[in-house]
Amino acid sequence: MAKSHEPYARPRPGVQPPYLHREYGSTLKRAPSRALLPLQQTLSEITGPRFPAGSAGPELVDLTRQGKGEALGQRIIVAGRLLEEGGRPLPRVLIELWQCNAAGRYLHGKDQHDAPLDPNFTGVGRAITNDKGEYRFLTILPGAYPWRNTSNAWRPAHIHFSVFGPAFASRLITQMYFPGDPLLPLDPIYNSVPDEAARRRLVSAYDPALSEAEFALGYRFDVVLRGRESTPFEDDR
Amino acid sequence: MSRHEATPSQTVGPFFRLGLDRPEWSDLTREGPRGEKIALEGRILDGDGAPVDDAVLEIWQADADGRYDHPEDARRADPGFRGFGRAMTDEAGRYRFVTIRPGRVPGRGGGLQAPHVNLTIFARGLLKQLVTRIYFADEPSNDSDPVLIGIADPAVRRTLLAVRQDGGAAYRFDVVLQGKGETAFFDL
Repeated sequence: MAKSHEPYARPRPGVQPPYLHREYGSTLKRAPSRALLPLQQTLSEITGPRFPAGSAGPELVDLTRQGKGEALGQRIIVAGRLLEEGGRPLPRVLIELWQCNAAGRYLHGKDQHDAPLDPNFTGVGRAITNDKGEYRFLTILPGAYPWRNTSNAWRPAHIHFSVFGPAFASRLITQMYFPGDPLLPLDPIYNSVPDEAARRRLVSAYDPALSEAEFALGYRFDVVLRGRESTPFEDDR
Repeated sequence: MSRHEATPSQTVGPFFRLGLDRPEWSDLTREGPRGEKIALEGRILDGDGAPVDDAVLEIWQADADGRYDHPEDARRADPGFRGFGRAMTDEAGRYRFVTIRPGRVPGRGGGLQAPHVNLTIFARGLLKQLVTRIYFADEPSNDSDPVLIGIADPAVRRTLLAVRQDGGAAYRFDVVLQGKGETAFFDL
């Protein structure tokens, strides 16, 4: 257990993406031009919002049955654990996710991709981790979709994850990818993370033990949030 | 390195409204907290001065007595105030929160910080969140706040000050992501 009021650890260089990443055009006018100012963490940063267990109903962990009929596409189970660096599980934490449908189309007014919407799929999920820090969603394998970053550019299939840790300092929004996706080496968002080992942590693992026979494929995706400064790394012990 | 190193951040992209839109969360006074009710509003602009119409803002703040609703704050916070809010920008890049003016929060080494609201911004084109603090321009204790006095350039310091509008209950706080008037962001 961390000492009280201890700051959250800084990331190792290369683990987090930079603000300016020229290959991702939208960063050009949005990345700050000045260096970030150092901030000594105080009570303001080491505290953060908590969400009651009722914040996510059961209908929000099964994205295949939110409509009148079943959503179209390959059923998948996405499950994993939410951990702090050092391996401590994070129970009772809110996870919000969103994704496009099997055809690569988001249920969003700004999505102009000419692919069909599925009336039985919203692509919105929400869960609170259990006492062991675990979560589990049943959803549909998202499709790849085109975007206008460069000509004929396609985003690899992904699911957006928004996670609240124990503190303002541990807030994370990220994307989960799928193993073996040929678009990954070409994707400037995925490749914005300089460190290869860190980047690979964004790719889920196919897990036969998670798959359900004659029903759905299982993908495991653990999310690790910043730990406290004194948190020992497992292989430091 | 450990296999339990942090997961990298990725952008929220343009379609986050689908998963993150919780309109009721922009009003932090739903449960009737103590304190002075205020609005925090403004615009987010990019390096061309163009409105950022696809940003998510999240705020985290103490109650009117400067207490956080969190186990690491041993003092008991106002049960009517949770301290967390989320809002999204509209076509003109505008956002608005309704909240209460926070009290002074303990700093490092036993002193008090000036009242402030912690702000996180996510957007398309931001591969990770930007973090800043909203202070109140009409607050006398700003002069002794360690974060504010640590910023040497007064023009940069001013980017952290929300200004009361026409003596009313609304404070204006614009965020400039890049370039002239760029907001001070923190390396948290």
